[in-house]
Amino acid sequence: MEPSQQQEKQTHTMREDSSAPMPQSDDHIKERFRIVTESLTVFFDGKAAIRNVSMAIRTNRVTAIIGPSGCGKSTFLRALNRLHDIQPNARVEGRILLDGEDITQLDATLVRRRIGMVFQKPNPFPAMSIFDNVVAGLRFNGIRKRSLLEEIAEEALRRAALWDEVKDRLRAPATSLSGGQQQRLCIARALAIEPEVLLMDEPTSALDPIATAKIEELIYELKRTYTIVIVTHNMQQAARVSDWTAFMYLGELIEFDKTRKIFTNPSKRQTEEYITGRFG
Amino acid sequence: MNERRLQPSPWVERRRRIVNALGHGAVALATAMVLVPLVAVIWYTLREGIPGLTWDFFTQLPKPVGEPGGGMANAIVGSGIVVGLASIVAIPLGILAGIFISEYASARLAAAIRFVTEVMLGLPSILLGIFAYAVVVKPMGHFSAYAGAVSLAIVMLPIVIKTTEEILRLVPRHIREAGLALGIPQWVVVLRIVLRAASRGIVTGILLAVARAAGETAPLLFTALNNRFWHTTLDQPIATLPVQIFTYAVAPYEDWHRQAWAGALVLIGLVLVLSIILRLVVSRTHLEHEQ
Repeated sequence: MEPSQQQEKQTHTMREDSSAPMPQSDDHIKERFRIVTESLTVFFDGKAAIRNVSMAIRTNRVTAIIGPSGCGKSTFLRALNRLHDIQPNARVEGRILLDGEDITQLDATLVRRRIGMVFQKPNPFPAMSIFDNVVAGLRFNGIRKRSLLEEIAEEALRRAALWDEVKDRLRAPATSLSGGQQQRLCIARALAIEPEVLLMDEPTSALDPIATAKIEELIYELKRTYTIVIVTHNMQQAARVSDWTAFMYLGELIEFDKTRKIFTNPSKRQTEEYITGRFG
Repeated sequence: MNERRLQPSPWVERRRRIVNALGHGAVALATAMVLVPLVAVIWYTLREGIPGLTWDFFTQLPKPVGEPGGGMANAIVGSGIVVGLASIVAIPLGILAGIFISEYASARLAAAIRFVTEVMLGLPSILLGIFAYAVVVKPMGHFSAYAGAVSLAIVMLPIVIKTTEEILRLVPRHIREAGLALGIPQWVVVLRIVLRAASRGIVTGILLAVARAAGETAPLLFTALNNRFWHTTLDQPIATLPVQIFTYAVAPYEDWHRQAWAGALVLIGLVLVLSIILRLVVSRTHLEHEQ
């Protein structure tokens, strides 16, 4: 059933083509890959935070990255969005292919418009209304047509399952929302620029269980349209929301497989020990 | 049985209360002592200044020595012009420099500029007046409103730079990252998101700088000098409130003293009105700018 479903969901992605790199395993040859990293290594002050991470991230799937604190999950995620560029002490080596194109060679600003990011702490722009927050990415990139902005804002807020809660107070300050609403606002803000990939860096770690459940439901909905990579500390969350799971430890990718396989029958001893709570 | 041992003796308990009361009293006393001069200055200025606030004071030129009456109309307008000119230069320059230090400069360069700014903050203003005299008045050959504005701009610059930079650094890094992650170019993130988040604090810095410049006397003595009449162009000497207050306060005439007090009161009032207006403007534009 998977390949046919896949076909349906992918009709909108024209950029995908057969030249995209193929995976090592023949089993998944029909699945397509949105992002492929090749020997991705990130140094901070000359010290490697992640080493030789090669991962193929499947289109319209949720890929979870788990591992103990300091294992390089966030470093990996931030590399995909070129966020290490702003840190003078960081250096990135290796290739990151987005639809077969090496984004380490592209303009970072353009890359970030194709790869959205949601952060650990809800971070709506202060001193801006809910509406202004959602359309910030568009407006500050030169789109000024009021009717278009309104249309996109509504669509993004609907996709982020926030529209019904805020439609009557779009002018209210974004900071007047609850933490969970703020996080969904940040998701709407990221969706408004219509990215292909959505990166989420522990998006629910600052939220209560009810808000967390809402975000997880949302992730499930969003994977129809987007490729999602989520970093999480919460293994139940990884098991609940993801199709594929990567386990990282001490800056290296230890194991990357279907989520069910990782959680029921991991092939590496370290993965098993982490998942069963023996360390981490 | 341990419970009893952990009970403090009544004597220790009493001593603790006494020390606490003493500490509390000392802090309250210090606060009161700080407030006394502040309140006294305002009260004294009000008491001495209000009698001088006549219609003539706001509309008339100074009368010749010995003749009673007259006002400070030219000095009130002159102060506005000189401080305004200085602000036009110092506020944008200072904000841009603050942005550079906080957002773009390397750590070492930022530390160096910060140090220079702090030194500038500590310079006696009379020195800045002499500097403006040397670089503006001397080459021009005469005192002028321009020269006064230059000296006041130098007074304002370090204040605007320092407050801008400090406020910008208070904006959390994740706000900048959120902007960048949306594919917004860095300079737009700084100008439209970070600066906006910091706008209240930056306005406070601007007000501090304007208030300081409006009250500066020493730099103006060498630069704007004074003028008993209306100025007709900006490259001639111009009257300003602080210099006029100074001139009148040291003169031996009762009527001039009265006017000097009134001038001081007007100066305080103008700064107060300006800060209220600016704050209203900022809090209003904060959310509804795209209506």
